[in-house]
Amino acid sequence: MDFKLSEEQKKFRQEVSDFLEGEIKQGLWEPSCDAWIMGYDPEFTKRVSRKGWIGLTWPKEDGGQGRSYIDRLILTEEMLRYGAPAACHWFADRQIGGAVVHYGTDQQKKELLPMILKGEAYVGLGMSEPDAGSDLASLKTKATEDGDDFIIDGQKTWTSGGSNMNWIYLVARTDPDAPKHKGISEFFFSTDLPGVSVAPIHDITGGVHFNEVFFENVRVPKTALIGVQNKGFYQILNQLDYERSGMERLMANYPLFEALVQYTKETRRNGKPLSQDPLIRSKLAQLKIGLEIGRMHMYRVAMVMDEGRAPNWESSMSKVYGTAFEQRLAGTAIEILGLYGQLSPQSKRAPMKGMAYHSYLSSKGYSLQAGSSEVLKNIMALRKLELPSQ
Amino acid sequence: MNLALSEEQEMLKTMARDFLADKLPKATVKEMEESEEGYSAELWKEMAGLGWMGLAFPEKYGGSDMSFLDLAMLLEEMGRACLPGPYFSTVVLSGFAILDIGTDEQKDEYLPRISSGEAIFTLALTEPSASYQESGIETKATAEGDSFVISGTKLFVPDANIADYMLVAAKTDKGITLFIVDARSAGISTTVLKTIANDKLCEVVFDKVKVSKDNVLGEPDQGWKEIEKIIQRAAVGKCCEMTGCIQQALDMTVEYAKDRKQYGRPIGSFQVIQHYCADMATDVDGTRLSAYQAAWMLSEGLPCAQEVAIAKAWAGEACPRVMALAHQIHGAIGVTIDHDLQYYTRRAKAAEVSFGDASFYQDVVAKEMGL
Ligand SMILES: Cc1cc2nc3c(=O)[nH]c(=O)nc-3n(C[C@H](O)[C@H](O)[C@H](O)COP(=O)(O)OP(=O)(O)OC[C@H]3O[C@@H](n4cnc5c(N)ncnc54)[C@H](O)[C@@H]3O)c2cc1C
Ligand SMILES: Cc1cc2nc3c(=O)[nH]c(=O)nc-3n(C[C@H](O)[C@H](O)[C@H](O)COP(=O)(O)OP(=O)(O)OC[C@H]3O[C@@H](n4cnc5c(N)ncnc54)[C@H](O)[C@@H]3O)c2cc1C
Repeated sequence: MDFKLSEEQKKFRQEVSDFLEGEIKQGLWEPSCDAWIMGYDPEFTKRVSRKGWIGLTWPKEDGGQGRSYIDRLILTEEMLRYGAPAACHWFADRQIGGAVVHYGTDQQKKELLPMILKGEAYVGLGMSEPDAGSDLASLKTKATEDGDDFIIDGQKTWTSGGSNMNWIYLVARTDPDAPKHKGISEFFFSTDLPGVSVAPIHDITGGVHFNEVFFENVRVPKTALIGVQNKGFYQILNQLDYERSGMERLMANYPLFEALVQYTKETRRNGKPLSQDPLIRSKLAQLKIGLEIGRMHMYRVAMVMDEGRAPNWESSMSKVYGTAFEQRLAGTAIEILGLYGQLSPQSKRAPMKGMAYHSYLSSKGYSLQAGSSEVLKNIMALRKLELPSQ
Repeated sequence: MNLALSEEQEMLKTMARDFLADKLPKATVKEMEESEEGYSAELWKEMAGLGWMGLAFPEKYGGSDMSFLDLAMLLEEMGRACLPGPYFSTVVLSGFAILDIGTDEQKDEYLPRISSGEAIFTLALTEPSASYQESGIETKATAEGDSFVISGTKLFVPDANIADYMLVAAKTDKGITLFIVDARSAGISTTVLKTIANDKLCEVVFDKVKVSKDNVLGEPDQGWKEIEKIIQRAAVGKCCEMTGCIQQALDMTVEYAKDRKQYGRPIGSFQVIQHYCADMATDVDGTRLSAYQAAWMLSEGLPCAQEVAIAKAWAGEACPRVMALAHQIHGAIGVTIDHDLQYYTRRAKAAEVSFGDASFYQDVVAKEMGL
């Protein structure tokens, strides 16, 4: 057992952090909560790509860096610490590139990976549907074979970044007669096709983050199929482990934590800084403790992946833990701000750019997206603890 | 970074678990708890024979030269087995302090006897103030010729009823000094208290107890620095025990939930029970990860005030959550004195308040954050 990062890893962390601080100093962007999923900044993504920081863990022959998941965790941890606008490449880098590396044909790798590596694939994840949430396998969107093509019909919803995407990763039913888990396939294709339309949904913060996506007679070539036809559901389960495992499940609103600590040091009430109020100190210390425990969960997941295992219950555990932490952070921030906590980012006198307000509202979705906490606890109970299903 | 145990640690842990499972059925724990001594001399000898007392001490003192992190494996298993007795007092509280700041003569004299299981030690630190702060110490040691004379009352001293020696913290001219005191010296009287963990916490009254100046441990007046280290080490040691304790409570609970049927099905098939178990597992793993991290840092000699504080503050809140759910899932059988669960409930609560509770360490973390 060894909790130390190697010298190389420490240097890498420093390099990432220097890069991000440099960007902030140049005024290229401002740190914000949820920037990994809401901060669309194509230029930033290009600079990250030039650093070689997309596809870090992919094999070298596929254009990646062949580095460890711990290294990637270090990279994403710094991105989140600084609230960097990484949404353009996040999904493609985290999940879709890996799926192509794993399940793609040589031809697909040759066509798709360079585009992802260059940071040019703004990917939406088309999984959920109005009647298929947690129970994804009950999805209805159809992909029907027609010569060299599939014809796609149906609707996806809650597609994050749908208004910015140029590619979509889509799960659709390819065998309507098979049992529901066994007739699903995965596709990856450009959204610049006739029949694809996107309708934004305003989320609870009032912003546009997720979308409805409609497919009407959309013709995609068979080369858009990823992996084995009708085996898509099993491929997805594996990808979901990766979707769940990231540092964003703990540090999505980290900039709020730093700002909050700073705020309590600088804000005086009743003649002394808030940070000297015993109750507030205790709340902040509890947050710090919760954060550090969460980081250990996250590092464990990365280590499991480095061992070549799929982190199924470990990533469930860390995601449930991490998202609950993020929600607690947002709630505690409002409590500490008191009356000021209710001011929106657009309001006069809003402290910390209204981050607490925004985060409190947006964090409600954290324990739903990528597997609700309840579903993930089911996974822990059945797979880790081997409790009976009936 | 590598969170997996080494092969050696894996072996040590398995060996300890098997040995304790074999030697320490709960009926034996009960006997030991109810005995006047609070431990079994026979088992103590066997543990010494396995090299447990000297595990982390240098070979020249009869030890095995392993690390505090290796010792953490033992402590976790001791927590899992509810081992009563003076191992913690002797090794974690006292042996390391002697190794850390003792003179060569003191190390030569005491450490081999600790390693061999011959000498039982304890730490007489806390007082009626029940505080782990320097200001909590009122016991005084006054220099008189070649000796010091110690007077005062120590409270919550573990295993003082059977100790051969005590490390005593007392106020001297310009600070706190640590002394190695023969527990049978004239003027010492010990009363065993009745505790929730059924362990032997004692009141120890020092009435003009004479101690030679040679028995000062470390620099006179500079003892508090070492005591802070002792408390850190003890807090981490407790976290390891607590990890074993709640891991076992979880394992027992999961087994019970698989077996126990109501409404014609195992209660472990009810989703609420499954989610409780998942919550418990998350708390157990967080406790273990943070305990190991702190133990690793201590082993490496790295500054770790924050990591120790995080581990103990976390364990202090996670343990009661785990135990509450363990009880809830066990139903009425779990609140009977003949059920094993109660051993864990009682010990977890005691460990929670020992060597700093959650709010004590939250305050440490707040300071580390610059608040
Ligand atoms: C901010 C945000 C971003 C999202 N982004 C995307 C995206 O980019 N792409 C995409 O495809 N989807 C996305 N989603 C959708 C997300 O995957 C779904 O919200 C999630 O799968 C849950 O589905 P649902 O909302 O329909 O809730 P339901 O599945 O209807 O669940 C409602 C409640 O019932 C509980 N429940 C359901 N089944 C069980 C069970 N078996 N046991 C116990 N409890 C159960 C759930 O835990 C939840 O509490 C996003 C969601 C949010 C909030
Ligand atoms: C202090 C004390 C005094 C008592 N006094 C009396 C008395 O005077 N007279 C008397 O007759 N009884 C008495 N009882 C017994 C009491 O009624 C039972 O403990 C209670 O009915 C629960 O049954 P059980 O203990 O067998 O637990 P179980 O029924 O085995 O339950 C174990 C766990 O499974 C859960 N569980 C069970 N079924 C479900 C379900 N369908 N869904 C979700 N979770 C479920 C329970 O909530 C519990 O967490 C007493 C119990 C206690 C602790």
